[in-house]
Amino acid sequence: MAHISEAGVKKICEICDRYADETTPLMMILSDIQNEYGYIPLDVQKLVSEKTGISVAEIYGVVTFYSFFSLEPKGKYVIGCCLGTACYVKGAQQIIDKFSEIIGIKPGETSQDGLFTLDALRCIGACGIAPAVTISGKVYPKVTVDMVPEIVKEYRAMGGAN
Amino acid sequence: MAKINIKIEGVSYQVEEGLTILEAAKACGYEIPSLCAFNHGECSNGSCRVCLVEVKGARGLVASCVYPVNEGMEITISSPKAIEARRASVELLLSNHNQHCQQCDKNGKCELLYVASATGARENRFVGTKTPVTYDELTPTIVRDTSKCILCGRCVARCQNAHGKDMGILGFENRGFNTIVAPAENRSFINSPCIMCGQCINVCPTGALMEKSEIDRVDAAMKAGKYVVVQTAPAVRAALGEEFGMKIGTPVTGKMVAALRRLGFKKVFDTNFAADLTIMEEGTELLGRIKNGGTLPMITSCSPGWVNYAEYNYGDLLDHLSSCKSPHQMFGAILKTYYANKIGVDPKDMFVVSIMPCSCKKYEKEREQMITNGLADVDAVLTTRELGRIIRRSGINFAKLPDEDFDTDIVHDYSGAGVIFGVTGGVMEAALRTVYFALTGKEYQEIAFTAVRGLDGVREASIDINGMAVNVAIANGMKNAKVLLDEIRAGTSKYHFIEIMGCPGGCINGGGQPYVRDVFLPNEDDDIMDTYIQKRANALYSEDERQVIRQSHNNPQIKALYDEFLGEPNSHKAHELLHTTYGAREGFND
Repeated sequence: MAHISEAGVKKICEICDRYADETTPLMMILSDIQNEYGYIPLDVQKLVSEKTGISVAEIYGVVTFYSFFSLEPKGKYVIGCCLGTACYVKGAQQIIDKFSEIIGIKPGETSQDGLFTLDALRCIGACGIAPAVTISGKVYPKVTVDMVPEIVKEYRAMGGAN
Repeated sequence: MAKINIKIEGVSYQVEEGLTILEAAKACGYEIPSLCAFNHGECSNGSCRVCLVEVKGARGLVASCVYPVNEGMEITISSPKAIEARRASVELLLSNHNQHCQQCDKNGKCELLYVASATGARENRFVGTKTPVTYDELTPTIVRDTSKCILCGRCVARCQNAHGKDMGILGFENRGFNTIVAPAENRSFINSPCIMCGQCINVCPTGALMEKSEIDRVDAAMKAGKYVVVQTAPAVRAALGEEFGMKIGTPVTGKMVAALRRLGFKKVFDTNFAADLTIMEEGTELLGRIKNGGTLPMITSCSPGWVNYAEYNYGDLLDHLSSCKSPHQMFGAILKTYYANKIGVDPKDMFVVSIMPCSCKKYEKEREQMITNGLADVDAVLTTRELGRIIRRSGINFAKLPDEDFDTDIVHDYSGAGVIFGVTGGVMEAALRTVYFALTGKEYQEIAFTAVRGLDGVREASIDINGMAVNVAIANGMKNAKVLLDEIRAGTSKYHFIEIMGCPGGCINGGGQPYVRDVFLPNEDDDIMDTYIQKRANALYSEDERQVIRQSHNNPQIKALYDEFLGEPNSHKAHELLHTTYGAREGFND
C-alpha cells in the first residue's frame, strides 16, 4: 500500500468495519469512500478487497458501472449540467459546451488546476427550472449561455483548489 | 424431490420441482438452443438471451436457463415468435463480434457458431458500431480478445469457483455498450495476480480466451532441422481421445505415441520418467526436512499455477515449497545434459517439446529459473488441444492408428507412481510409496494409498510409518489451498506434507485439456459435466495398475541415472539441474 498514507489506510479500514455485519456491504463502503475522498483509485480498491474478501475485479466493476463513483480525483467544484430531455430541448447542450470552452475541459474531465470537474448528468428531476446546472450541491435554474462566464468567474474568485 | 406437472408443446410431462425450464425441457427430450448457461448453473446470468421460449401467461418471452418451472406451466419452444427471437438474439451477439471464424482456433468447438447454426442465424442483419477492442497476448499462456467475447460471464464464475471469491481475476467492467470482461483496469493478465491456470479458457464458449499457441515454434524447429524430441504428461493420454470423438476416459497412450512419431518427432518420451525422478528428489527432500527439523509442512511444487499463487499471495511461506522443478522441466534438463551426451547430440541442437494438459506450463518454461547453462530446459509447450490440432492437420486418422510404445532408450521406464501424477492426490500417493520404503526398508503392502484418492477440494490422511504418524493433506483449486495455507500462516498446521494443484481435480482438468461441452458430446451421458473428471482420473489409475513397477524408486533407469550421472538424490548436481527457486511478487505490477 505504498500509495496510501497510514491515516488513509486507517480511515478506509474504519469505513469497511462500519458495514462488517452487512451481507452486501460493497456499495455502502464505496459510497462512503467516494464521499470522503472524492475518488476510489486501485490501491484503495485493493485494500477494500482485503478487508471484505470481494475480488478487486468485482470492486473495479462496480466502481466503473456507477457514474457516482470516480477513479480520478474530482475538482473542488463539480459542475453538473443536466442533459435530460427537458433541459436538452431548452438548450442544455449549448450550456455545457460553453462551460467546456471557458474552462478548457471536456465533460468527464477535471481542470489541471484541480478547481473544476465538468459532468454531463441525466435528468436530475428539476425539469421545471430547465435548463438546470448544479455546482457542488448548489442549483442554478434556467441557465442561459450568457450566464455561464459569470458563474465560472464567481467560483474562480472563491478559488482555493485543494 | 417433489414432482410437478408441466406442458411442453402441448404434451404433458412430470418433472422435478426447482428445475429451470432449460433443464426440465432437457429431461423431457428437448434441446433448447442456449449459450451462456453452463454446468448446472455454475454460470447462469441469463445474459445472452439465446434460450428464449414462450410461457403461457408470462409477459414477453422468458430466458429458459434462469426461469424455474412451476405447476401447470405451459411452455412453447417451437413457435414462430420464439424461433425468431432466439435467432435475433444470436444475430445481435454476432453484430458485436469480429466474425473472423475461419482464422479462429476455436472453430469447430465454438458454441456461438454452433447456436448460430442451430437457430438459423445466417445473415448479418444488424451492422453498426462495435465495442472498443482489447487484445492481450502479453502472457505466454492466455490470449484475451474482447472482439470475440459475448459477455456470458462463465470465465468470471469459473475463476471465482476455482480460486475463491476474493481472488477472481476477471470481472465485468464499465457499463452498457462499453462493458468488457477483464482483469481490473483492463490490465493484461501479466500485470495482474492471474495465476494463468487457464480454467477460463476451458469454459469460454467462443475464442475470446484461448491458449497462446506455440505450434509455429515447433514447426520452425522441425524446419530448421533441430533434433526435436517430445515428452507427454500423464494427463494427456487420459483426454486426447476426446479430441477425436472418443468417449471421455478412453486411455489412448499407444495411439498418441504412434501419432507423435508420425508427426516427425525424433524421440517420443513419457514425462512419467521424470515424475519418478521428481519423487526421488522430492521424497528425499521431505525425509531430510523431517529428520533435520527443516521447514514443515513441505508443499509440492509441480503445479505452476499454484506456484504463481504462492508467489503473489503467500510470499512469506515460500520456504514451505519443495525446491523441486516440475517433472517436465526436470526431464528437459536431463535430456539436454545426460541424454544428449549419451546419444552424441549437441544440446544446442536439441529442441524439447512438452505436451501438457496445462496452459500455465507455457509460462513456467519461460521462468528465468528454468534455464540451465544458458539453455532453456524446455523449448515449447503444446496443450492437449494443440496436439489434437496438429494431428488433425497432418491427415492422421487417429482412431485407426496402431498402439505403439514410447522410445525405449535410456530414459523410458516409468512406474505406476509416475502415471497418477496427473490427478489430484497422485503426487502425494506416489511420494508416500517411496517415502514409506525409505523409512521402513519395505514396500507398502497395499501399494495404493486409497486414503488420498478422491476429488473433494481438501482431503487429509494420516499414515503410520514405522510408528510415526505422517500427516498429509491435499488441495486442488486455490480456494481450497487457501484453507491449508492460512493454517500454516497461523501456526496451527499439523501436516508434514501437502500436495497442491492449481486446477480443480488436478492436471486431468487442466487449462489445456479438451473442451467438455454436452452439445459437442452427443454420445456421452447427460451428467457428463459431473463425471468427466472422475472418468479421466480412472483412466490414469487403471494405467497405474497395469504397470509392473509401481514405485518410483524401483524404476531401473532412474537407478542408472543416479549411478551414472546424478550421484544420489539431492546431490549437488541434482540441485543444479532439477531444483529451482521462488520469489514473492506483487500481483498488480505496472
